[in-house]
Amino acid sequence: MNLLIGSLSMGFLLSLLTLGVFITYRVMGRLDLTTDGSFGLGAAVAAALLGSGVHPLIATVAAAAAGWLAGATTGLLYVALGIDTLLAGILVTTGLYTIQLRTMGGGNRSLGSARTLPDVAEELWHAARLPDTVSLAGTSVPASLFSALLVCVVFVLFSIWVLARFLRTDLGLALRAAGGNPQAGRALGLDTGRMTTLGLVLANGLVALAGALFAQYQGFADVSMGLGMIVTGLACLVLGEGLLGRRTLRRQIVGTLAGTIAFRLLVAAALAAGLPGDTLKLATALFVLAALGLPAVIVRLRRRIDRAPAGG
Amino acid sequence: MSEPALVLEDLHHTFFPDTPNEQRALQGVDLVMEERDFVMVVGSNGSGKSTLLNAIAGTLIPDRGRVRIGGREVTRWPEWRRAALVGRVFQNPVSGTIGHLTIAENLAVAAKRGRAHGVLRNALGRGRRREIADRVRELGLGLEDRLDTPVGALSGGQRQALTLLMATWVRPTLLLLDELTSALDPGSTEQMIRLTDRLIRSQGLTTLMVTHSIPQAVALGDRLLVIHRGRIVESIGGARKRGLRVEELLQSFDRLRSADLVDQSAAEMIRRLYI
Repeated sequence: MNLLIGSLSMGFLLSLLTLGVFITYRVMGRLDLTTDGSFGLGAAVAAALLGSGVHPLIATVAAAAAGWLAGATTGLLYVALGIDTLLAGILVTTGLYTIQLRTMGGGNRSLGSARTLPDVAEELWHAARLPDTVSLAGTSVPASLFSALLVCVVFVLFSIWVLARFLRTDLGLALRAAGGNPQAGRALGLDTGRMTTLGLVLANGLVALAGALFAQYQGFADVSMGLGMIVTGLACLVLGEGLLGRRTLRRQIVGTLAGTIAFRLLVAAALAAGLPGDTLKLATALFVLAALGLPAVIVRLRRRIDRAPAGG
Repeated sequence: MSEPALVLEDLHHTFFPDTPNEQRALQGVDLVMEERDFVMVVGSNGSGKSTLLNAIAGTLIPDRGRVRIGGREVTRWPEWRRAALVGRVFQNPVSGTIGHLTIAENLAVAAKRGRAHGVLRNALGRGRRREIADRVRELGLGLEDRLDTPVGALSGGQRQALTLLMATWVRPTLLLLDELTSALDPGSTEQMIRLTDRLIRSQGLTTLMVTHSIPQAVALGDRLLVIHRGRIVESIGGARKRGLRVEELLQSFDRLRSADLVDQSAAEMIRRLYI
């Protein structure tokens, strides 16, 4: 039960990462490698600020703001210098490695004694005189797990609500239009460079926010934390699309949450079944490869099968 | 008297300059269009028609020359900024609309052409939806009941009609139509042309329309330009344009050919298209 609630919390907070990947990959039609860097950056900024006693809420928002800056930098390289967003993302992520090391004052930083958002939630839990343990399906679950889950749920639902509303405003619609068909977008008066930058800023803010929450949930930040996060985000995204489809914006946004939770549950199940922890990245990469590559393979196979009788 | 809707002065543009593939797409194009002018443009492939439209729309910045739209010097303006003055329908129905957005969403984007984008209000509020339904109904294609259908699910003709509505939703100083029926079947072509002509006449839009179809070039517009090798080689307007017949235009092409202004292949192609 504890593992389940842990996976659920992790699923909720990482869905912010998936939401970020959704904005760049699906809405803007671009793969943004800044994702890896800004996840680690969010974790590093939050850890450094929390370590020096800053209020967790301020530290978390500051981490998201650092993600906005990272996204804006990638956007600027693209708009001002004409560097492709893929390369711009790699450059920014590479540069961010040093910035993370400097921010944390080393390769990793423990949050052992710092007051984090889950701590604040737990304090509120106790202040509300709720019980110390909750009995669920025969196991007793400590309150801290519940309050941590609550933090993730609140942050994620709020972010999803704001984003879903934004994407329906004039500017949000312009963003989707510019990403969906840049040629038509320009003919309709949209500065596609500025729109791409806006998308990158939004996405990387969400990713950094995910990084900040992740670090607080785990109790430490590490410079290699962001490594491969773009692939994890993609895995959750395609899983969510598999579950809910891509027919409406609402389905797609809810799908990022559903996909991420399903992905974390899959990971938990795989680990419980004995999959060695160090194979997780490889398994994730293979999953994304299969999800993105299999449909094309199936189409090709089907065509070959259809052709076979005609040829014979 | 108000400023002309469009002034082109000595436009030049060369692709791949100083290479074996050098192509002089525009070689000194001058053109003045007054408000409410409806000008047709014909010419063979590679004559410079598309480059001309791109230079006006800002998709391409010409090597030399000036572009003024509605009295404003826009030669160096990027395409998105010129879109405040220019509405455009592309040759390919897929190009002008956003496939995964719905009809209503596409039109909501078009309704903001050249205006600021807010972040406080829903782009598809009740008032906007009603306005969209009304104007879509005027198209007469029955799309008003399908406002929440993704545009990608529409036929080429429907999509092109929608692009036309999007290009003219905010009244453009200049409307550019680039062979807008060349990807459509004959039935859709006829419907599209009727719709286009009706819209241009009823709203008094200043329009520059490129076409491959000689019958269209003869039947539509108040003035006809023949463009060849990056130059306007003939301009037919006034009573001569009104009385113009297809045969006459073809004879005119023959004369141009004998003067070596239109090459053999271009004249052949024009004939084939007509037949």
